[in-house]
Amino acid sequence: MTDSLSDKPVDKDEGLQLYRRMVRIRRFEERASQLRAAGLIPGFLHPCIGQEAVAVGVCGALGDGDVLTSTHRGHGHMLGRGADPARMYAELFARSGGYNHGKGGSLHMIDVQLGFLGANGIVGAGIPLATGAALQLKRRGGGSVAVTFFGDGATNEGSFHESLNLASLWKLPVLYVCENNLYGEFTRQDHHQVITDVAARSSSYGMPGVVVDGNDVIAVREVTREARERALAGEGPTLIEAKTYRHRGHFEGDMGRYRPPEEVARWMAHDPLDVLWGRLVKEHALDEAARDAVRADVEAELDAAIAWAKEQEHPAPEQSLEDVYVDSIGGAALR
Amino acid sequence: MTKFSCADGIRQAIDEEMERDPDVFLIGEDIGESGGVFGVTKGLYEKYGPTRLWDTPISEEAMIGAAVGAALVGARPIAEIMFGDFVVLAMDMLVNQAAKTHYMTGGRLSVPLVVRMVTGTAGSTAAQHSQSLESWFVHVPGMKVVAPSSPEDAKGLLKTAIRDPDPVMFFEHKQLYGGRGGQVGDVVAVEPIPLGVGRVRREGSDVTIVSYLKTLEHVLDAAATLEGEGISCEVWDPRTLVPLDREGLRRSVAKTGRVVIAHEAPVRGGAGAEIAAVVAGEFFEHLKAPIVRVGGHNTPMPYAPELEGYVVPGPERIAEAVRRCLGRA
Repeated sequence: MTDSLSDKPVDKDEGLQLYRRMVRIRRFEERASQLRAAGLIPGFLHPCIGQEAVAVGVCGALGDGDVLTSTHRGHGHMLGRGADPARMYAELFARSGGYNHGKGGSLHMIDVQLGFLGANGIVGAGIPLATGAALQLKRRGGGSVAVTFFGDGATNEGSFHESLNLASLWKLPVLYVCENNLYGEFTRQDHHQVITDVAARSSSYGMPGVVVDGNDVIAVREVTREARERALAGEGPTLIEAKTYRHRGHFEGDMGRYRPPEEVARWMAHDPLDVLWGRLVKEHALDEAARDAVRADVEAELDAAIAWAKEQEHPAPEQSLEDVYVDSIGGAALR
Repeated sequence: MTKFSCADGIRQAIDEEMERDPDVFLIGEDIGESGGVFGVTKGLYEKYGPTRLWDTPISEEAMIGAAVGAALVGARPIAEIMFGDFVVLAMDMLVNQAAKTHYMTGGRLSVPLVVRMVTGTAGSTAAQHSQSLESWFVHVPGMKVVAPSSPEDAKGLLKTAIRDPDPVMFFEHKQLYGGRGGQVGDVVAVEPIPLGVGRVRREGSDVTIVSYLKTLEHVLDAAATLEGEGISCEVWDPRTLVPLDREGLRRSVAKTGRVVIAHEAPVRGGAGAEIAAVVAGEFFEHLKAPIVRVGGHNTPMPYAPELEGYVVPGPERIAEAVRRCLGRA
C-alpha cells in the first residue's frame, strides 16, 4: 500500500470538495436504489457504494482533454468526472432527456463533452476501447491520456491481457485502473485467480504496477497523478490496482450472501467517506455541522435532479428506429 | 494491357484515402513493412510510415478494440483481419461495441470504422482459413456489409466505406486478389461508388442470377454455357449486402421472373436466404418459378481439392441450378 503518498496534509477546501463528490456518488446510488424499488427505473443497476474514492481520486487527477471508459458499475466514474446527475437519473428513468435519450440506461451511459466514452455492459470491453483512444491521442500529438476502469474479474479476460501488451509495446498514454473489490460478480478473488495483487500482472507487460488503498481518495489521486505524468512524458501505461469493496451485492437485488459477515464488517469500518472525513477532522478540526452541511447540499442537488428527470418525456416508440446508423442511406440500411 | 486486380483496387483506395485524410490509418497483423500476407498493403508503409500503419501483435480483440476506441475519438481506422475466420476472436468489439455504440448512446457517439476481411477459399486453405462469414454481419443492426466482385468495385466501394460514418465490414475474396506475390498493377482512376447500388453484370431475359465476390465469376461462366443452350441469364451483383439495392433487384426480377442466388457461403442462413425472402415477400407478383439457392454445402470447408470442389459452387452447379429454376433439369 502506498499510504506514504497521502501523508502530506490535505488542503481544507480541496478535501471538502473531494468529500462532497464522494457523498454525491453515495447518495446518487442510494437514491437510485430507492427509485428503482419505486418502479421508476426499469433496468439493471450495479451500485458502486463503497468504491467512491477510486472514482473521485482518479478523476481528480485528470485533465480536460482526457478520455475515460468505464464498466457496468460506472455511475461513480461518471459523477466523478463531473456528469450531471439530473441527466443521469433521466437516463435511468429511460426518458428522452437522459444522456443517451433513453436508449442506453445504466450500462451504456456517456457524456461526450466530458470525454466519458461510456459505461459498458461487457466485462473488460472498455479496456481495448481506451487503449485505442490512447492510440489516437498519441497520433494527434499528446497532451492527454485515456483512462479505463475495470474490476478484478475483468483481469481474467483476454481483452485485458491483449490491451496491456499492445499499450506497453506502443507506449500508449493510458492508465489501467483496476478496482479490485475482491469479487468478480459472485465469485471471490481467490476462486477466480491465484494472485492476490492484480498489479503483479503488470510485470508480464513491462509496465509499472501500483497497489493503492482504494478507499483513500488522496492516495488514489496521488498514484493517478504519477501515472498520468509518466504517460504524458511518453513513458507508456501504468496498471493501478485500487483495493476496495462494494458495500452491496453485484447488482441491485443481489443480497451478497456469498460474502462472510466479518469481511463485510471489516470493510464497512474502512468506509472511504469516513477515511477522508477523519483526516479533515484531524487536520482542520471540522465538526459534524460541516459534514451535515455537505450532506444537505448534496441532498438538495439530488432532489432537484430527480425532480427534473421525472419531468422528462418518455421517448416515442418509433424513436427506436433512429440512431441505428449515422447514415442509413435513405433508410435502406434499416430494411 | 492494363493490369488491375482487386488487390490493386484496394491498395489504391487506401492510398488515396490516406492521402486525403490524415485521420485514416491502417491497423492489422503484418500489414506494415511486410506489405501484408497477400501484398495488399505493399508500399504503403514506405509512403506513410509507422504513425499511419500499425502492425499489431496477434491480438485480434485488442486490434479491433483499438480501432473502435480510436474511431470514438475522431480517427477513421481501417482494420485488416488477415483471414476472415479470425474475426471471431474480435466479435465482442464488433458486435457488442462497434455496431451498437451509435444506437446505445442515442446518436451521440459513432464508429467510422472499416474492417477488411480476407474471405473465401484460396484453394485447400481448409476449415479455419476459408470461411465466408458475411451473413453473420448482415444480421447485426448497425453494420454495413460490402462484398465487391471486381477490381473497380473494390476500389470505388472501399473509398466510400472509408468515408462512411458507420462501421463497414468489407469482404475481399482471396481468389480475386490477382495471383500470388502481390505484384503491383496499374493505377486506375475510380470514383467512390455509393453503398446500396447493385449492378447488372450481364443482361439477360430468362433468369436473374444474384451473386457476389468470387462466385460471381463462376456465374458469368455458367451464363456463357447456358447461352449455348438457349437460356438468357441476367447476372445481378448487389455489391453491398447491407444496404441491399431492392429497387435494382426488383427491376431485374420484373424483367426475368426467375431468380437463382449463388454464393460460396453455406446455403443455410446465408445472405441468399435474406435475398430470397425479399424477392418472395416483396416481388412475388413477378415470379414465375420458385427461387433456387445454390451455395456452399452446409459443411466446414474441407482440405482435399476433390472435397473442396464439391462443396464450393462452381459453374456446373450454378448452371444446374438455373436449369432447375427453368424446369429443364
